[in-house]
Amino acid sequence: MTVSQTYSFFLGCVMPNRFPNVEKSIREVLPRLGIHLEELEGASCCPAPGVIRSFDEPTWLALASRNLALAEKAGHDIITGCNGCYGTFKEALHIVHEHPEKLRDVQKVFKGLGLRYRAEADAKHLIEVVYDLGPDAIREKVVRPLDGLEVAVHYGCHLLKPSVLRPWKKSARPTFLDELVEATGAHSVKYKDKFQCCGAGGGVRGSNVPVSVDIAQEKIDNVLEAGADCVLNVCSFCHLQFEMSQAQLNKELGEERYRLPVVYYTQLLGLAMGLGPKELGLHKHVVSTEPVLRKVLG
Amino acid sequence: MTDAIARETIHIDDIDPEFVDALIAAGADRIRACLQCGTCSSVCPSGRRTAFRTRELIRKALLGLKGEVLSSPDLWLCTTCFTCLERCPREIKTTDAIILMRNMAVREGFMLPQHRKTSMKLIATGHAVPINDANMTKREELGLDRVPPTVHSHPDALEQVQEIMRRTGFTALIEGQGEED
Ligand code: SF4
Ligand code: SF4
Repeated sequence: MTVSQTYSFFLGCVMPNRFPNVEKSIREVLPRLGIHLEELEGASCCPAPGVIRSFDEPTWLALASRNLALAEKAGHDIITGCNGCYGTFKEALHIVHEHPEKLRDVQKVFKGLGLRYRAEADAKHLIEVVYDLGPDAIREKVVRPLDGLEVAVHYGCHLLKPSVLRPWKKSARPTFLDELVEATGAHSVKYKDKFQCCGAGGGVRGSNVPVSVDIAQEKIDNVLEAGADCVLNVCSFCHLQFEMSQAQLNKELGEERYRLPVVYYTQLLGLAMGLGPKELGLHKHVVSTEPVLRKVLG
Repeated sequence: MTDAIARETIHIDDIDPEFVDALIAAGADRIRACLQCGTCSSVCPSGRRTAFRTRELIRKALLGLKGEVLSSPDLWLCTTCFTCLERCPREIKTTDAIILMRNMAVREGFMLPQHRKTSMKLIATGHAVPINDANMTKREELGLDRVPPTVHSHPDALEQVQEIMRRTGFTALIEGQGEED
C-alpha cells in the first residue's frame, strides 16, 4: 500500500525557530506514511511572501530560487508545512516559467556562486502529498479513532489562492482537508467565515499587531461559537497567529478567556495513529492542548 | 450642515500620469479595467475593521496619485489573503498590484520601521525569524537538533545568501532606509 517517496524538507523560519513541536510531529508522522524527508541543508527563509516580496520582488525571487536550486541539486521536489513558504515557491516557479527573462536574471545573480538553477524541482505542501495518498489510506493507519472530537478546520489563504496556481479541484469551498481530518475519526464542524484569513500575513502581524490580532480574534470567536474542541491548521504562520493571539488577548483582558487548543494536522493524525502526545510536541503549546488530549486519551 | 463635509480637491500637481503605466509595466496589466464596483473592499478582512479600502486604493492609483498612494500606511494593511483577487469581476490581480505598489513605496523610502527590522534580520541571519536560545532549548527537549539544518548551521550557505542580497541591491536598499528613532 505505502509507496515510498522522498522529498527535500523545507523548514522555513517560523517552524524550526518558533514552533519546533510542529516540526517534530511532521518528522514523526510523514515517514510512517511512506513520505521520506531529506534535510535541505543550508536553506534560508523562503523568503516570506508578505514581507520580503512586498519590499523587493527581485530579491524575493532570487532567494526563493536559491532554495529551489538546492532541492534541484538534491534531485527531489520540496515539501513544506507552511502556507507562506508554499505560496512563495509556487509563485516564484510560475514567474520564471512564464517569463524566461526573469529566470535569466536569477541565473545572472547566481553567477560564480556554484548554484545551478533550471526551475525543474517543484514544491508541494505536505497536505497535498498526504491527500494524494487519499483519505482511505489515512483511515487504514488509524489505530485510535478520534471519535467525538470536534475540529474547526482552517485552510489558510496561500494554500488555496491564487487558485489558478494551485493544484486543488476548483471550488469556492474545498473539502480536501476536512476529508483528511474526518479520516482520523474526528468531526469537522461548520463555522462562520471558515475561509477567512488568520490575519498574520502581508506583514500585518509584523507592523500592526492590533489589526492582526483583531482578525484572529474574529476567527477564534467563530470557532468557539461552533463549539469546536480545537482549531486545526496546516501552516506554521497560521499556527503562530492562533497561539500567540490568544495569549495576547488574555493579557489584554486580564483573564484566561481564550483557551482554544491550536493543533497542526500531523499532530492530530499522529494521535489517531497511536503516537504519544510528547512525540508530537503537544506538550509544548502556548495554549494548553489538555482538553483535546483528555477527550482523545480519556 | 454642508460645510461640515469637506470637498476633496485633487491638485494637478499631485497627479503623476506615468504612475499607472509604471504599474502596468511592472505586471498590473488589467488595472485600467477597474469598474469601481467595490467587491474587493467588501471581502477584505482588513477593510472590515479599518478605514483601508481596496477599491479606493485602486482608484487613487488610477488617478495617478502616486505620492498619496505610496506614502499611505494603508498600503501595509493588506494581509495578502488574495480574496479580492479571486473575486474581482474584472480579473484584476489586485493583491499583486498592492505588492507592486509596496515595492515602489520602499524604493521611494516609505518603509515601516518594523519591516526594516525584519529585513535587517534576514540580511544578518538568512532568516526573517531567526532562532533564539529559548527555541534551541525547546528543540533539544523535543529530541531535534539544537540548531536546525538551515543557514543557521552552515556559515558558507549564509555567506551565499548574503552575497545574493548584495547583488540584488537589497542590502543597500534596506540600509539606505535610515534608522527610525
Ligand atoms: S473588485 Fe475589481 S473591478 Fe471591483 S473595484 Fe475592486 S479592483 Fe475594481
Ligand atoms: S488581498 Fe489584501 S486587499 Fe485583498 S482582500 Fe485580502 S487583505 Fe484585502
